[in-house]
Amino acid sequence: MTGLSFDIAHLLAGSLVLISLLMLYQDRLTALINVFAAQAVALALSVAWQAHAQGAPHLYVTAFLALALKAIIIPVALQRIIKRLGIHRELDQAVGIGPAMLAGVALVGLALVVMLGVAPEADRIAREDLAFALSVVLLGLLMMITRRNAVGLVVGFMSLENGLVLAATGARGMPLVVEISVAFSVLIAFIVIGVFLFRIRERFETVDVAALDRFRGERA
Amino acid sequence: MGLIGAVAVQGGQMALVLALAPALTGLVRKVKARLVRRQGAPLLQPYRDLWRLMRKEVVLAESASWLFRAAPYLIFAGTWVAAALVPTFATGLMFSWSADLIAIMALLGAARFFLALAGMDVGASFGGIGSSREVMIASIAEPAMLMIIFSLALLAGSTQLSTVASYMLSSNVGLRVTLALALVALMMVAIAENARIPVDNPATHLELTMVHEAMVLEYSGRHLAVIELAGFLKLLLYVSLIGCVFVPWGLAPAGAPVQAHLIGIAAYVGKLALAAVLLALFETAVAKMRLFRVPAFLGAAFMMAILGALLLFVSRGGLR
Amino acid sequence: MTPLVVLLGAAGGLLLLPLPTLALGQSGLGRWLTYGGATAVCAAALGVALRSLLLGEICEASLPLGLPWIGARFRLDPLASAFLVVVDLGGAFASLYALGYGRHEPEPSRVLPFYTPFLAAMMLVVLAADAFSFLVAWELMSVASWALAMAHHREPRNTQAGYVYLLMANFGALALLLCFGLLAGPSGAYAFDAIKAHPPTSATAALALGLTILGAGSKAGLVPLHVWLPLAHPAAPSHVSALMSGVMTKVAVYAFVRIVFDLVGAPAPWWAVAVLILGGLTAVTGVLQALMQRDLKRLLAYSTVENIGIVFVGLGLALAFRAAAMPLAAGLALTAALLHVFNHSLFKSLLFFGSGAVQSGAGRRDMDQLGGLIGRMPQTALAFLAGSVAISALPPLNGFVSEWLTFQAILLSPKLDPWSLKLAVPAVGAMLALAAALAAACFVKAFGLTFLGRPRTQAAKTAREVDGFSRAAMLGLVVLCLAAGVLPGFVIDTLAPVTRALVGGRMPAQAGQSWLTIVPIAEARSSYNGLLVLVFVTLSAGLCALAIHELASRRVRRAPAWDCGAPDPSPMTQYTADSFAQPIRRVFGTYVFAARERVETPAPGDLAPARFEAVDRDLIWETLYAPIAGAVTFAAERLNRLQFLTIRAYLGLVFLALVTLLLVLALWG
Repeated sequence: MTGLSFDIAHLLAGSLVLISLLMLYQDRLTALINVFAAQAVALALSVAWQAHAQGAPHLYVTAFLALALKAIIIPVALQRIIKRLGIHRELDQAVGIGPAMLAGVALVGLALVVMLGVAPEADRIAREDLAFALSVVLLGLLMMITRRNAVGLVVGFMSLENGLVLAATGARGMPLVVEISVAFSVLIAFIVIGVFLFRIRERFETVDVAALDRFRGERA
Repeated sequence: MGLIGAVAVQGGQMALVLALAPALTGLVRKVKARLVRRQGAPLLQPYRDLWRLMRKEVVLAESASWLFRAAPYLIFAGTWVAAALVPTFATGLMFSWSADLIAIMALLGAARFFLALAGMDVGASFGGIGSSREVMIASIAEPAMLMIIFSLALLAGSTQLSTVASYMLSSNVGLRVTLALALVALMMVAIAENARIPVDNPATHLELTMVHEAMVLEYSGRHLAVIELAGFLKLLLYVSLIGCVFVPWGLAPAGAPVQAHLIGIAAYVGKLALAAVLLALFETAVAKMRLFRVPAFLGAAFMMAILGALLLFVSRGGLR
Repeated sequence: MTPLVVLLGAAGGLLLLPLPTLALGQSGLGRWLTYGGATAVCAAALGVALRSLLLGEICEASLPLGLPWIGARFRLDPLASAFLVVVDLGGAFASLYALGYGRHEPEPSRVLPFYTPFLAAMMLVVLAADAFSFLVAWELMSVASWALAMAHHREPRNTQAGYVYLLMANFGALALLLCFGLLAGPSGAYAFDAIKAHPPTSATAALALGLTILGAGSKAGLVPLHVWLPLAHPAAPSHVSALMSGVMTKVAVYAFVRIVFDLVGAPAPWWAVAVLILGGLTAVTGVLQALMQRDLKRLLAYSTVENIGIVFVGLGLALAFRAAAMPLAAGLALTAALLHVFNHSLFKSLLFFGSGAVQSGAGRRDMDQLGGLIGRMPQTALAFLAGSVAISALPPLNGFVSEWLTFQAILLSPKLDPWSLKLAVPAVGAMLALAAALAAACFVKAFGLTFLGRPRTQAAKTAREVDGFSRAAMLGLVVLCLAAGVLPGFVIDTLAPVTRALVGGRMPAQAGQSWLTIVPIAEARSSYNGLLVLVFVTLSAGLCALAIHELASRRVRRAPAWDCGAPDPSPMTQYTADSFAQPIRRVFGTYVFAARERVETPAPGDLAPARFEAVDRDLIWETLYAPIAGAVTFAAERLNRLQFLTIRAYLGLVFLALVTLLLVLALWG
């Protein structure tokens, strides 16, 4: 890849990390889902650019899947779910924004050090791409543990999956079949979780996951 | 052109920033008014306001000390000197080496220091509110700014603004994650530093939400005029800073012919107008935050700036 | 006569000065003799030290005292001269200040006999060239300063402060003793040249570094060893507080530099990481604690902790560059640290003098009982304002220059290799920036509450300006702060031999730069000119004032404050120390102090007052010191039983001990 091409790929991958951090910053569910949609758009752009740069047309399919599923269908569906659950105005942060952001930056630093330190001789592009992908995965995990609300958990999980896709496209030659099956498994997971959400809600009249702990009797 | 040219550029810049600063604020106000379908005050209203304030008598609180009367001039001087050192239309500023970007920010910090003191001088509770909130906001905004400066300095190999600007004009910049992070962070810092929505509302006198207005509440007449002018200059300074680092096109290099400088001035006015429209759009689109959301907002800017610097420190591809 | 002999004579004279003072008894003459003599001796010693620093002289001397086989060795090299300048400058100004301030001392006999030995001890620490005389002087410094801090021992808080200080000082001295023992090795080479001639193994060197951090760091006030400092420094009379904060902490920095840079030998990169992180944490914790204070002197003491953090960040960077064999960058970082040492000694002395002036002029130092002093004490207010601007790192005063240089050194660090450093340096840079911004907030608070606004008490309303000596000392320091801020090139060039001796590199010569600009590496990279900034700001302010004077109306009317139309006549409605710090407490305090706020509003119709309660906890004390104190108390209570045994039991114990010793001898002998 030439200088400019690398720069654009790097910038797009970096914007995914940036949007992940922005997700940590959101404390309202609607805003969180919007930012998630923005991340999916950035992912689609990034994958499409890789397709163009690597000359790998099957990656365009991946990009399209990301755009259609994660930037449009899932966010719209999630927005409707939270409307129907009546939680679209709820605040959702288990820890404060400050510590969460601080932990996020520390995780990105960790990811960079791990990836750049592990393979100092590897291809520069692949290495930094992998570092960004690992950051997105770690930030997704962080989001899953800092959210109180099950919807937040779902978004965190999906954002984590974005990181995996980013890693996969950076490391050339991932077969399309794997890609599509991953995308569909995410969709199915989403549907299952959606149903699950309504079940929790019916039973406990809240989607606060703390209610599940109470149900297990651990916090009696 | 040599020395005379350098003096002309430096002097021209000092006059230009002073002349354009009220117009920038006037344009922002005008666009904001039009966006909510009001007619809005004319573009030149800030100049008239300043003139009227100057003609009015000063009503000085009984408990005000000499510091209260001296502070406006110090605040204005610090801001003006800082604004004179940020390249606006040409990089060949005569005295650009006397202060680098860190020193420019420290000059603004000194201006803020005296503003906060002036807020406490009369001994009224609103001034105290303003000062204590202002220092809280500054205590997060300044480190964020410094981390942005670190990122720029590591990229360009210099904290000197003219060197940074010429580096940005050169072809080996490329698109960089760090630059994107720094730009977003710088905009957030600029919004907070200039007391714009969503951090502070420049048009409010709603007592419990104000920060900047609370500090200058006791000022009147010519003192208020000087403080207002310093505020206009500060907004212009941040716009110029963003312009010269991230949109450096049109900047006349040192020793360029006169035409290049004229093009530079035209480009600069264009950049200012664009920035005013964008700022007005942004301010109309968002709502003011609760005061204790501001730390999270600025903390995000801080984190992004750290992340940008970290990327440069860590990634071997970062520094060329 | 070599300069070293003159300096040793000066120290000896200071040591002996209490004898005639005691002979003079309680009369005012003793005060004149002590402080006048100390001013003269310190000024003379300052001249000698400055001269040998400029000439780069090195001389040695040996006195027939101390350990019989090495004697007491002293040595004057550039590092020692530089720190002697700090000690003697601070000492001269403090003594000058005390000529006036000492008049308010209720019990001069508890201050005067210890004052000059304290000064002498600090000089001897810097001059010592063997471990034995170093430690003796160090202990003398600790004990003398302890006695001075206990001068007002009838106040209950001070006894506790003295107790904690004594414990920590002993702990620090023990750590240094062990450190020198390690470095000297089994052969017992206690002279510094002998130590340098035999560089220790890397493990020994690391252990020595740890012990030095404990020993010198506890005296300097590194977090978490700083607990005694904000208690003991404010307890002393103000001129002594100025010396303890402005000078004694610098002597501790000297000990660190001497051992780690000079004696131990080549550093490992991870040392730098440790020192950097300690420095960054110290800076942020110190300034946050300072912001929460109500007592002016305690605020200043915590701010000393912050500045020590900044110095240690500079030292950490210098270690990192030295380990990476980058002598120029190491020279820059070390210059920044040493310049901050010098600057801090100036403005911290100035601020403590100011707080002493407030205490003697208005009778109190609780900021919630002051206010409006700018009208009653205009010169003190001006001096304190200059000190506040300097310590807040604002141009064109001197604090900015050293912090600016530290930032420039940080910007050189991406060239360092280890990952830990690549991550630590930007993080520490962020902490430093945070500390600088918070310091400005802290001194807006200190100056604003004390000198601005309306007087909160009768005492503040009737405050009086202090005497001429005190004002002369303060204004002299203001001039020095301004000079060091506007013409830093001279100070930087003066420090060049020190950095060249320690890290093999120096900053480029500043004397040849046009317009007295300072240039750390190259002008295209970064430069700063305090003089031009000062001239520009003055010109612009003057121009603006002139234009306003010509164009604008000149009418002025005095009226009650506007305050949004509802001014409250009571001065107690002004912002207080706690309310000013409240936004910052809410932002940072939740994590740093586990700060909690509680508001109780009575139900409508209930006439009970609403209550607001804010609680901060000192987490460092609670997690680190309280358990140790608890364990000691527990052990002491158990051992207490030994006091109530029968004679037979005591004899039995003695017998048992004897038999055990004999057994040990039999087994290992």
